[in-house]
Amino acid sequence: MFYTQSSPGEGSPGLFHPQSFTLPNGLRVVLIENHRAPIVTHMMWYRVGSADDPVGQSGIAHFFEHLMFKGTAKIPAGEISRIVARNGGDDNAFTSYDYTAYYTSIAVDRLPLIMELEADRMENLALIDEVLFTERDVILEERKQVVDSQPMHRLQEQMMTALLPHLPYGTPIIGWADEIAKLDKIAADYFYAHWYAPNNAILVVSGAMTMNELRPLAEKYYGPLKPKPMLPRLRPKSDHLPAAQRITLSDPAVQLPILNLAYVAPSYGSASDGRMPYALEVMNEIMSEGATSRLYKSLVMEQKIASSVGMYYNPTALADSSLMVYAAPVPDVAIEDVEEALHVEIQRAVADGFTETEIAGAKKRMIAEATYARDSVKHPAYLFGMALTTGQDLQDIEEWPERIAAVGAAEVNAVARLVFNTKNFVTAVLLPEEHK
Amino acid sequence: MTHNLPITIVTSPGGITAWLVEDRMVPVVSLQFAFRGGSALDPADKVGLANLAASTLDEGAGDLPAMAFHGALEDQSIYLSFSARRDDFHGGVKTLHDNAGEAWRLLTLALTQPRFDNEEVSRVKEQLISDIQHHYADPSWVAQRTLNKMIYAGHPYQQPTSGFEETVALLTSDDLRTWVKERMARDNLIVGVCGDISAADLASLLDQIFGALPAKSKPFELPKVTLAATGENFTVMRSIPQTRVVMAQSGISRSDSDWFAAMVMNYVLGGGGFNSRLMMEVREKRGLTYGVSSQLSHHKYSNILSVGAATSNENAAEAIRIIKSEWQTMANDGISAEELKNAQTYLTGSLPLALTSTDKIADFILHLQTEHLGIDYPARRLEKLNAVTRADVAQVAKRLLNPEALTLVAVGQPQNLINSIAAPDPAQGNHYHG
Repeated sequence: MFYTQSSPGEGSPGLFHPQSFTLPNGLRVVLIENHRAPIVTHMMWYRVGSADDPVGQSGIAHFFEHLMFKGTAKIPAGEISRIVARNGGDDNAFTSYDYTAYYTSIAVDRLPLIMELEADRMENLALIDEVLFTERDVILEERKQVVDSQPMHRLQEQMMTALLPHLPYGTPIIGWADEIAKLDKIAADYFYAHWYAPNNAILVVSGAMTMNELRPLAEKYYGPLKPKPMLPRLRPKSDHLPAAQRITLSDPAVQLPILNLAYVAPSYGSASDGRMPYALEVMNEIMSEGATSRLYKSLVMEQKIASSVGMYYNPTALADSSLMVYAAPVPDVAIEDVEEALHVEIQRAVADGFTETEIAGAKKRMIAEATYARDSVKHPAYLFGMALTTGQDLQDIEEWPERIAAVGAAEVNAVARLVFNTKNFVTAVLLPEEHK
Repeated sequence: MTHNLPITIVTSPGGITAWLVEDRMVPVVSLQFAFRGGSALDPADKVGLANLAASTLDEGAGDLPAMAFHGALEDQSIYLSFSARRDDFHGGVKTLHDNAGEAWRLLTLALTQPRFDNEEVSRVKEQLISDIQHHYADPSWVAQRTLNKMIYAGHPYQQPTSGFEETVALLTSDDLRTWVKERMARDNLIVGVCGDISAADLASLLDQIFGALPAKSKPFELPKVTLAATGENFTVMRSIPQTRVVMAQSGISRSDSDWFAAMVMNYVLGGGGFNSRLMMEVREKRGLTYGVSSQLSHHKYSNILSVGAATSNENAAEAIRIIKSEWQTMANDGISAEELKNAQTYLTGSLPLALTSTDKIADFILHLQTEHLGIDYPARRLEKLNAVTRADVAQVAKRLLNPEALTLVAVGQPQNLINSIAAPDPAQGNHYHG
């Protein structure tokens, strides 16, 4: 089914044909060859995210991601991005609940320089108060820009807190403003000492490079780094909660209401049966992908009561994840009518399940997407990084098309009942402010 | 290699031309095209027409009503999309090689036999009016919208591509049919293709897809913009903790002999991400913002240099002062030898990073044509950037930069911002008459 190219995996099944080895200090190295252009994407992933923030220090994982650009004994604060840029490269980083990653895309002949810089800041970060406090102000501005000035994001933040009250995914990745404002060098140094080490990192390289070229570079630059004992990754969760919750936010900037429903859903990391997340992905495709999906067809195309509708499920997590449904009514349609129509479709999924035709169509489209996924240098690096920081391994990505193909109707119907047949969900409504 | 993209110019038996980068790394084909003439041509009482066309061309064609048409696309994982821009109307198809025949058939139907059924057009109009109302909640959108209204006053560029609630509500299927007849023709068509397709196959395909379009589009000419960048400050009051600031002044044409020097200048000033002077002064040294950046924008009838940032209400005046001060410093002193070298190595070295997928390459070679850049542009760009001197940058900085001319829009509750004029909130109606 999949087009083959001259790479080590030629002729064998699989998607990206990754190659991998582990250095004696515990650093896992993964290579995805792609010889389309003479460039590489170098990503260093750490098995730490905002869900590992100590209680009372929400936002430290994300704050620390910013601080990794703030200099070592050899490299002054901010200089790392300037070095990358003057070599024609782009760099940045991101933090999620379960992982933090640092990436650079650059001409392949500059890779040794990037590795030298990345290895240096894994072990030799040197923070000073003045730089740290200025960066803390930057993050408080980031929070105001991304959350506090966006009514929808303020509501979604509270929705996650309501849905997962004890699991750390209920705390925002960026952190609560009051706690961000108190983060200091002691907190940052502690975090660095307990989470940043080769044995807690995964290097993913994607691009115009062979393993014969990569391995000696990885050994030279990352081999000397010393492993450290790491903290356990705690993902406490509450018992199954019995009550439905409804939260409402009115904002003067809002003209049209928006409705969100949030459900607890098993992830690759938490599912009692490893096949459940794949069945949920198929269900998500049938319910919400494209104009012919159940939700869009019903609410937008036929009933014409919503301008947009969708569902979002993220299976890549260590602990229980969320499945979110949203809809926006068109002008002059009441939010209650859209809410009722969503529940009609959800209850139809629970009571009647899905047809073989729907499931076959969804699987065909999802497997076609896997071919499009190969049409990128960066995208495969993201897939492997996310998988390896959340308890999966290489074959979980490579076999994804086969696992989707193996999903049956009974499994999809069962996960629909598991996720939707509950009173414990959150309804979050964004409303215009009442005009007097 | 990517400074020398292997572009082939393909001409069909019927005389339609496309640029092609044949690339068989993945079994995917991307065909991107544009018709010259975009949303700036929307009549004042029909603002949003080109955008409505972009949103309804895929809502049924030929014998296939909307749902059947969407079903045919989705069943074969074919991505078909249209978008209206100020100066051009864009379309594109991305398909797997094995499904390409069906992709071309559906694209041809959409271009030549769009249905524009009243029921579907009415539905899409409601969706687009909803989109407009959702935009009002976004301070960035409100700031940009207000800035356009101020600096492009009296010119069609002041109109938002999305239209206004009142104008979109009045658009009809007949308006769309007229638009299609006038705006999609062979004489204003530009095509860029990348992927798993040969030049010979593309040649016959071009006639199949575009051959039935009219030979000529309706001619148009708009006046050049006289930019109303006069240094005024406008404030849209919103009860949010941060002020969104955008500022703009006259820019430079891409065909100007100083263009590449201006590109280097803007990179150093505010275009270069973490490495720009504005980021260094406003974010890195003072922590006043999460992001600040400047850009040179070139349109058919105007060129602007703009800058944007978000900053706490109490710091807004200070952030604006620093940005204007950097503007003046650059105008006075230009850049250092080290800054020049760093800008050149980034701007030349980073181009290949943007050309790593079938879609991106097709978009890029379409862009080379819409902007009249020529097939040798990647190589010429490299040569021109490397030839820029400090004196060139100093000269263009002096010529272009004028902090007094920056027209400013602030959305939020900025404190200590002097000489500020209250501007109406775009959410408060009175759109195209007022």
